[in-house]
Amino acid sequence: MDVVVFTKFVPDPQGTPTLGPDHLLVRGADGALDPGDEYGLELALQLVEAEGGHVTAVSMGPEEALAGLQRALAMGADDGVLITDASLRGADALGTARVLAAALAGRTWDLAIAGVESTDGYTGTVPATIAELVDAAGISAVRRLERAEAGIRVERQVEAGFDVLECPLPAVITVTAGANEPRYPSLKGIMQAKQKPLERLGIEDLGLSADDVAPTQAVVEVTDAPSTAGGEVIVAGDDAVARIADLLAEAKVI
Amino acid sequence: MSAIWVYAPVISEGPHAAALELLTKARTLGDQVAAVALGPGASAAAEELGSHGASTVYAGDDAVYVEHPGRPAADALATLVDRHHPALILFPTTYDARDVAGRLQARTGSTLMSNATDLPARDRARTEIFGGAKVVDVELGGPEPRLVLVRPHSFPAEPAGGSAEVVPIDVDLADDRRGARIVERHEEAAAGPKLEEAPVVIAGGRGLGGPEAFGILDDLASAIGGAAVGASRAAVDAGWVPYSFQIGQTGKTVKPEVYLAVGISGALQHVVGMKGARRIVAINKDAEAPILKMADLGVVGDLFQIVPQLAEEIRRRRSAG
Repeated sequence: MDVVVFTKFVPDPQGTPTLGPDHLLVRGADGALDPGDEYGLELALQLVEAEGGHVTAVSMGPEEALAGLQRALAMGADDGVLITDASLRGADALGTARVLAAALAGRTWDLAIAGVESTDGYTGTVPATIAELVDAAGISAVRRLERAEAGIRVERQVEAGFDVLECPLPAVITVTAGANEPRYPSLKGIMQAKQKPLERLGIEDLGLSADDVAPTQAVVEVTDAPSTAGGEVIVAGDDAVARIADLLAEAKVI
Repeated sequence: MSAIWVYAPVISEGPHAAALELLTKARTLGDQVAAVALGPGASAAAEELGSHGASTVYAGDDAVYVEHPGRPAADALATLVDRHHPALILFPTTYDARDVAGRLQARTGSTLMSNATDLPARDRARTEIFGGAKVVDVELGGPEPRLVLVRPHSFPAEPAGGSAEVVPIDVDLADDRRGARIVERHEEAAAGPKLEEAPVVIAGGRGLGGPEAFGILDDLASAIGGAAVGASRAAVDAGWVPYSFQIGQTGKTVKPEVYLAVGISGALQHVVGMKGARRIVAINKDAEAPILKMADLGVVGDLFQIVPQLAEEIRRRRSAG
């Protein structure tokens, strides 16, 4: 089975995010492959290891995003596609979905996988938009997947617990964090990654124009939220427990 | 002036609670408010949707909407949009609604905004970023309808006493376009009060170290009485408790009288789900944990000592009181 994994290069998830004067998130070299994407990549690698096929990592982002693709290749993806274009700076969910859908449309694939939502944007809608643009089935929040006669059989997280679904292929799915234990790139994997095919595309290579990816929304104002400070921090000792109990009593919940 | 619509998934208990919140807001933004209710029981849900502000309810009672998540609902909405041209569609933030909105966007080519916490105007949505540290106003452009996913509990649900005209919808969706099909459902709900309704929420995180430690949170909850136990994403991802426990960006939003964060560092994605609590107590062994800075009372110490002692202290006060 041929699997495409969408991977995003995000600002360092452990760092403090900042906005630039243009209200866009500051993106620099100190980013990382989105940790939420590693579960989908691991799932793809396991599927292809079990039954053969090909894993392609696709990333849309600035030149720095190459580092994220290299990690995906080092983990075991067979090849990578980096879509970089000046017109994509500040792209919104629609523009992003159009670009990634166009990247899918140009190749043979059975399954496309993304994280449930990115760690920097939290939008969580792009995979569904891609699925509709390429006229494919889709399932979000998958935590387990196996092959079935119909295509795939998955467990999906829902509010009350989980559902089991069957889905034809091709399909676009999102995979939850915790679905598996993503592997660390081995030294051998890191060395091999440098030899693997890497395709670089602009939006014209995908048959798109700047109009297709122009943002449809704009940040017009950013303000500091009213601070929720005012708390007190104490070190556990004789009265810490009594202080918590006092607070519960003040709140009239005990 | 064209209409504002609310997407109202219908579940066995009736319309999704967040849809009533969105209708309450929608009627402050315009005179023409409609709900698109999909799922068995949709027509019956029209009364409640009407009393919360919908003057029209487009009702699809077909089971296809609950058996096949995402695609049939997006198809129905796209068909209705073609016919009636609404200006704005509000969606509750759920995995299903995200999929419906995402697919609809592909059909309409219109803008889509996620995680909104308010709508200052029909073409403007507000959200919070960096765990609520910054408030961002976004102007929604492009072709109508603008699509906005709104976080739960952003508005109160208040009935206004109106009633709705019910317009049944028929969608003729070919079998091969229905997509994924649900074949089994499994409930993993916790015992005790619902997280969203409990006056006290006790949430455990990575600091608990494993599933067994949730037992001491359960014991504290029973000592307090009426408390619900939840978890951070780290604890859910580790498989210690089911997803139904999760509080935060991709989980539930809670606004209890008191929130006790136990062994939770306070990652941005967790904070958005609990910062509306009236009082926050945090217990963490790491004095640098961000959650301590936002707590009304932060205790740096060993949760395995403090939590059982707290349960004991509450029981002692109760028997003395």
